[in-house]
Amino acid sequence: MSTYPEKFLYTKEHEWIRVEGKKGTVGITAYAQKQLGDVVFVELPKVGDHFATNESFGTVESVKAVSEIYCPVSGEVVETNEKVVHSPELINNDPHGDAWLIEINIKKPAELEDLLSAEEYEEYIREEAAE
Amino acid sequence: MRYLPKSDSQRAEMLRAMGVASVDQLFSSLPDAVRLKQPLNLPPAFSETALLGYFEACARENATDFTSFLGAGIYRHFIPLVIDHLISRAEFYTAYTPYQPEISQGTLQAIFEFQTLMCQLTGMEVANASMYDGATAMTESCLMAQRLTGRDQFLLAETVHPEYRDTLATYTRHLRFKTRTVAFAASGQLDPGDLNKKLNEKVAAVVVQSPNFFGNVESLEEIAEAVHQKGALLIVTVAEAISMGLLRPPGQPGAEGNPVADIVAGEGQSLGIPPGYGGPVLGFIATRDRNVRQMPGRLVGQTRDQSGRRGFVLTLSTREQHIRREKATSNICTNQSLCALMATIYMSLLGKQGLREVALQNLSKLNYAVERFKTVETVELLYPGPRFNEFVVRNKGRRKFSDKKLWKHKLIGGVPLKWFSRKMKNDELLCVTEQTPKEAIDQLVDLYKIG
Amino acid sequence: MASEKITKASTHVSQDEGLLFERSAAGKWGVALPDCDVPRVSPEQLLDRKLLRETIEDFPEVTEVDVVRHFTRLSTWNYAIDLGLYPLGSCTMKYNPKINENVARIPGLAHSHPYLPYSLVQGNLKIQHLLMECLKEITGMDAVSLQPAAGAQGELTGILMIRAFLESKGNPRTYILIPDSAHGTNPSSAAIAGYQVKNLKSGERGCIDPAVLRTAMTDDVAALMLTNPNTLGVYESDLVEIIEIVHSRGGLVYMDGANMNALVGITKPGNMGVDVMHLNLHKTFSTPHGGGGPGSGPVAVKTPLEPFLPTPVLEKNEEGLLLYNFNRPQSVGRVRSFYGNFGMHVRALAYTLANGPDGLRQTTEDAVLNANYIRSKLQGVYDLPYSSPSLHEVVFSDKLQSKFGVSTMDIAKRLIDYGFHPPTVYFPLIVHGALMIEPTESESLDELDEFVHAMQSIAEECEQNPELVKGAPHHTRVRRLDEVGAARHPILRWKPDSK
Repeated sequence: MSTYPEKFLYTKEHEWIRVEGKKGTVGITAYAQKQLGDVVFVELPKVGDHFATNESFGTVESVKAVSEIYCPVSGEVVETNEKVVHSPELINNDPHGDAWLIEINIKKPAELEDLLSAEEYEEYIREEAAE
Repeated sequence: MRYLPKSDSQRAEMLRAMGVASVDQLFSSLPDAVRLKQPLNLPPAFSETALLGYFEACARENATDFTSFLGAGIYRHFIPLVIDHLISRAEFYTAYTPYQPEISQGTLQAIFEFQTLMCQLTGMEVANASMYDGATAMTESCLMAQRLTGRDQFLLAETVHPEYRDTLATYTRHLRFKTRTVAFAASGQLDPGDLNKKLNEKVAAVVVQSPNFFGNVESLEEIAEAVHQKGALLIVTVAEAISMGLLRPPGQPGAEGNPVADIVAGEGQSLGIPPGYGGPVLGFIATRDRNVRQMPGRLVGQTRDQSGRRGFVLTLSTREQHIRREKATSNICTNQSLCALMATIYMSLLGKQGLREVALQNLSKLNYAVERFKTVETVELLYPGPRFNEFVVRNKGRRKFSDKKLWKHKLIGGVPLKWFSRKMKNDELLCVTEQTPKEAIDQLVDLYKIG
Repeated sequence: MASEKITKASTHVSQDEGLLFERSAAGKWGVALPDCDVPRVSPEQLLDRKLLRETIEDFPEVTEVDVVRHFTRLSTWNYAIDLGLYPLGSCTMKYNPKINENVARIPGLAHSHPYLPYSLVQGNLKIQHLLMECLKEITGMDAVSLQPAAGAQGELTGILMIRAFLESKGNPRTYILIPDSAHGTNPSSAAIAGYQVKNLKSGERGCIDPAVLRTAMTDDVAALMLTNPNTLGVYESDLVEIIEIVHSRGGLVYMDGANMNALVGITKPGNMGVDVMHLNLHKTFSTPHGGGGPGSGPVAVKTPLEPFLPTPVLEKNEEGLLLYNFNRPQSVGRVRSFYGNFGMHVRALAYTLANGPDGLRQTTEDAVLNANYIRSKLQGVYDLPYSSPSLHEVVFSDKLQSKFGVSTMDIAKRLIDYGFHPPTVYFPLIVHGALMIEPTESESLDELDEFVHAMQSIAEECEQNPELVKGAPHHTRVRRLDEVGAARHPILRWKPDSK
């Protein structure tokens, strides 16, 4: 089984989005958490905040690094994962499941077409790792 | 040169081993045009005796055996000798920032103890490892309040130390930041009318000093109520840390149980650090746990090692410049570690009873001096609000004696407030501490009386 | 676990010691305060009860002996310059002469109040004045302010002056150019001065590439902030051209003087065309690091920037009296209280006078000799990512060791077992797995050889017994600490229930 769920879409900034109707659930990928190392802190936006595509909506921190997290498509935040704020280690343990970060109302579904499939994303990180 | 542990033949041996013809060759990357052709034009090397002689001669040109009534941000307090013995251990003063925790546990644990003591003293939940001084600690706490509230207007009491206010102005001149001052009342305390007039929902924080620049203790509880009603933060600056031995600390809830200060930022020089002509001293910031991610400066945290032993590390570093660069909470890259150690040792030695006793002695001296000055007809005691160890007198008309006459009696008076405001040309800020002998107070009062 | 190859370190007794608060017992105290020679008051008599505190909750109660034992035991857990080589690159951990500590403690200096009338504090002002003159001569700059409390504050002051200068010419501009090898304080200081930061990618030799600079140096750029020698310990070889490019577009050049230990007595930044710079007295001028501070970061400028120096400015009046001038209408203002870290000024002057011109030059030569000696001995044993000639420091990487699964952090920790403090690690950011070594002039040939031997021995261990290196340090009081746990669930103070 592939590490990267096939029904997710991915960004080159290493976020994933799971789309169900007009809603999208967003998190960071297994590759991203591995690059970052042990996650110690997560900062998430407030419900009701609006973000444009590729706009930073929060940060993920390890002991010695800070990473911005970008919104894969534009939308409004409808839910945030408080569990991951209290237990940031979830991001290392289950990045594609329990450690989802926010749920958004997708504003322009057409923007989803610009995202990568699981296969494309895996190809992309293989190249990035080779560099 | 005695600081250079190599002989010429060893230098030559090293060059041979490296296959380099001369030391000069090691500098070949410097273009000839910029290389100095002659020695620096500096005094020739001093012997140890000459060096001691030079600095001792300089010290003799200073006032050395005077009793002074100077305060205003730097205070003369009793300093136990133990402090100097302990900080003179090379393991403390010749160590670097504790980035390698396995061989820096001494510094790290001492800073952890400092953070704890500052929390206890200020009544706060978390304190950082120290800042440069009171002025920059207050300034950085304003920048912190801006990040916490997302607002950019500040109300600054006119009775905050003028040098602190100037520092804030310098740091914020080019940032999105607006400051208005709040006037003081006849009592010397913040004017509540002026505060209420200027307070609104756009204000990020109100900054007051207590005891303030005139020595008056502010009614923090009332101020806090007004400030918090508008969703703003209250920043309290403390320049005389000894006062917290007796006064209700700004971080502690008020008598009604409501929160008072959101950030306490100030100067810890009084805690065992000599006046040192104003530096190095000891800035501090203390706040509530929930604000810690926006706090500038180093922090030490407790943790465990692989075998489960308690140990300490620098932590929450992602706030700092070496990781966040231009987005950091501050550009600060040092703390006043050795000064923080001095304060830690001071607070340990004095402890619960000692610090209260020192504060009480200061209050007793203040009371004695104020009562004595009430008998002087040529001066008016200004600002009758509650005081700790400083007070302001106004000379009615010209003072009857010159500074030089005072110096002849080996006395140095208070700080002339005309330095800071033209409106205060006849005012003097006097400070008495446990180090001010009764006779000196009597002598000064007599001079005022007879001229 | 102890290796026979370890020669400098041996096991030593280190005593356990809890937190100060755990030594506390009600009723103890550790000082004999002066007698109160005036009538004692009760606080309630003078102050409203709601202004008072009842007690300082949980504050320690210990005696003098408790305090002395406590802090002496803590001190034995620290490494220090007086124990040996401290090869932290760019930090310049040189010997702190003992006499500096004596002169800084002369009571007439140490106990002087900043608001003393000038005529009663001429001794202090003479010290500051002479130090300023020395720093001007050493840097080749025209004016100095001793006010900044540390290097980062010196940077901020310098950039504020650049802004004020450009404003006086009509346009403060928008950007500061900073090479990617720079210290993190550079961008963060520029941000406080209201500038945006543009990163400058280093060229192949690790230096600024004039071609890259020429493109980046537009009319919106206020200044270039550079470190010279840069954080690789390499002299910026195209400096003349670099400065010309910046000046030709009306920008200024700021030099971070963190690495001045490579230049004193050999060349002067002022002669190269630098407009503003700062010095770190705790690096180049031997004032102690004190476990993280206090530092001191004087800033030096060329004449056109002199009107913008922070207030107050030390001057001599017609009668020859030294005094501080506050009336400086174009000044950027003050950046802290009073006149700077005077105690550090005293020490830095003592160091300068003890050395004299010949001593200072020899110091620089020895610093560069030592770094190059280490480089020549360890080249090949460790990867040298940039082969440009080194001055006072040399940067290796963990490339050769990483194939055995050993990282820079492991090598650094293993050095501790050999009795040395590790080098600066993972900086500069342009070198992957950087090990940045600055021995300074304070090391004897024996100490250098011992360090070289330790590094060679560790390289062998990486091949033969990588697990030994990865588990280091083995001989310290505490082993590697859980930094992740510390950051996830911060414990930042002691509490009575946390015993």
